[in-house]
Amino acid sequence: MNSVLRHLVVLPILIPLVAGATLFFLAEARRTARVTIAIVSMVAQLAVALGLLYLTSDAAPYIWPEGIGVYAIGGWPAPFGIVLVVDRLTAVMLTLGAIVSLATLVYSIARWDRPAQPFHSLFQFLAVGLNGAFLTGDLFNLFVFFEVLLAASYGLLLRGATGPRVKMGLHYIAINLAASLLFLIGVALIYGVAGTLNMADLAGRAAALAPNDRAFLDAGAAILGIAFLVKAGSWPLNFWLPGTYSAAVAPVAASFALMTKVGFYAVLRIGTLMQEYETLGAALLYIGLLTLITSTIGMLAAKHLGRLVAFTVLMSMGILLACLGLRVEALTAPALFYLVVSVLTTCTFFMLTGMTDRTRATESPTAAEGHEPDTQAVYPAYGIKTPSTYEQGDDVGIAIPAVMAFLGMMFVCCVLLVSGLPPMPGFTAKFALLATMVGASAEHGAPLSTWVLGAAILASGFVSVIALSRIGMRLFWSFAARTTPRLRLLEAAPVAMLVLLCLGLTLAADPVSRYLDSAARSLHQPDTYIRAVLSQETRREQRGAPRP
Amino acid sequence: MEIVYSLAIGVLAGSGVWLLLRPRTFQVLLGFSLLSYATNLFIFGMGRLALHKAPIIDPASGAATSSLYTDPVPQALVLTAIVIGFATTALFLVVLLALRGLSGTDHVDGQEPEA
Repeated sequence: MNSVLRHLVVLPILIPLVAGATLFFLAEARRTARVTIAIVSMVAQLAVALGLLYLTSDAAPYIWPEGIGVYAIGGWPAPFGIVLVVDRLTAVMLTLGAIVSLATLVYSIARWDRPAQPFHSLFQFLAVGLNGAFLTGDLFNLFVFFEVLLAASYGLLLRGATGPRVKMGLHYIAINLAASLLFLIGVALIYGVAGTLNMADLAGRAAALAPNDRAFLDAGAAILGIAFLVKAGSWPLNFWLPGTYSAAVAPVAASFALMTKVGFYAVLRIGTLMQEYETLGAALLYIGLLTLITSTIGMLAAKHLGRLVAFTVLMSMGILLACLGLRVEALTAPALFYLVVSVLTTCTFFMLTGMTDRTRATESPTAAEGHEPDTQAVYPAYGIKTPSTYEQGDDVGIAIPAVMAFLGMMFVCCVLLVSGLPPMPGFTAKFALLATMVGASAEHGAPLSTWVLGAAILASGFVSVIALSRIGMRLFWSFAARTTPRLRLLEAAPVAMLVLLCLGLTLAADPVSRYLDSAARSLHQPDTYIRAVLSQETRREQRGAPRP
Repeated sequence: MEIVYSLAIGVLAGSGVWLLLRPRTFQVLLGFSLLSYATNLFIFGMGRLALHKAPIIDPASGAATSSLYTDPVPQALVLTAIVIGFATTALFLVVLLALRGLSGTDHVDGQEPEA
């Protein structure tokens, strides 16, 4: 039984890979089969992620006693072979990814996924990249999974290609290609000095390097850090983000909610493994603060809801990076809680944006273009005749009565989540962050930066209330020509489910934060991680384990 | 050899960065190609430059001294990076053509700057 359960680690990569490949060969007309496969794959991923969440916790000590599971692909022991590593942080991220993907998939089935041919496959490959990036135990595979993730996101972003969307897509691809090259250079430098790419092995060897080589390792780590910060969307490397996210169709933007957090995850993982990077850590504080401040200003300036939500993505990233930069270990757990909440929030909010856009399609050019997701304008661009569109069947689906009331309710919930007001978990998360900051400064004396960050977090919450209520008033209370949109149950259900899930997070804040506490604790004991990955025991187990 | 090699990387990277900052999409594409050549050469160089050494241990020679062989890992990395770079370049080319078709200009912003 235990040896079977060990293979759970590889499933979050295998399931979407197989599903995506299968979907690629299914004809467009076999819609039921396609949708079934896509949804089954996502549900299975969620189940596996929940299983990993349980198995890495203290409740199930019999498989991985320290909560760290190592899976050697191909049976070669680390550091020579490629390993997947699951610990508590990974399990949390996998679960979060599965929830976000499942919700956005259900949402997209309502009408966004037609023509479906590449959409469902790309969606699965996005999940492959995300899960792989969370699971991988070495730097080069992190690069490969980043590329898988990005390649899928390029395709998804260009859906319903219209002029502005293709333009933003081009910018997005250019930025990410440049970041990927930096990533490669950083990885190569690190390999050239340390002679290993396995993160655990690297952490062990970094300490023993000669001072001469040390400089190269630092340079490599810094270049790598820049690549991660581009992906995470930190100032001043984030000017691509608001435009790109608001140009994407709603479910795609929603599924991107986790992508910036992959960059943050990488910073957190490598930052905690290689603890010597104190100075880089200090820089993170200022980078995070500046991200927070610029995104707050951006929120006030945003005229369209999609753009505003994109700035809230940046806001959460600023808070996370700055908290990481304070280098208070106790802050990691509340920061993770905030990460979970902010991912769910932005996902919900982007989906909601897709629905409210239809009420005021004439409001702004971006909204007008987002209105018709299936415009196949890209075909004339190549001089090809537009293929006959799949029958839209526009009135299929149950229209919910009192649509505007529902949308309004959901909007209010999202505002509460973003600004961190009770009863939503945004409040719990920010409260935990601030309480820990105050507690830590009471112990060690308060550096000014802590107070500045605390004030900035509070101010950004306040500003987000102003900006969001202004847009909310325009959306829901103005009497200008407004069409009440027909709402599909398939679109409303995931939004409502995510909001309910957030409410559930408030109620279950205690067990969740206890789990995140243990995740943070194991993050701050890198020796356990290193030992687990490089231990002799892993090798023996792997040889004894039956092949799947 | 090291100097020639690093000069080659420097020239490629420098031209690549310059092209990357140009306003025309095709120049940007070429810039990326040059930059990825530079990066690939750089990765290769990180395995140390060596002449007449194989990356695979030859059992016939019987010697397992590491000084007889060159590091195979960077070569594997370069291979992967080439494949991925090739795919993303192709994708970039498609987007470039789409933008050209939709906007009628090859400016990266989809419109000519005001003269």
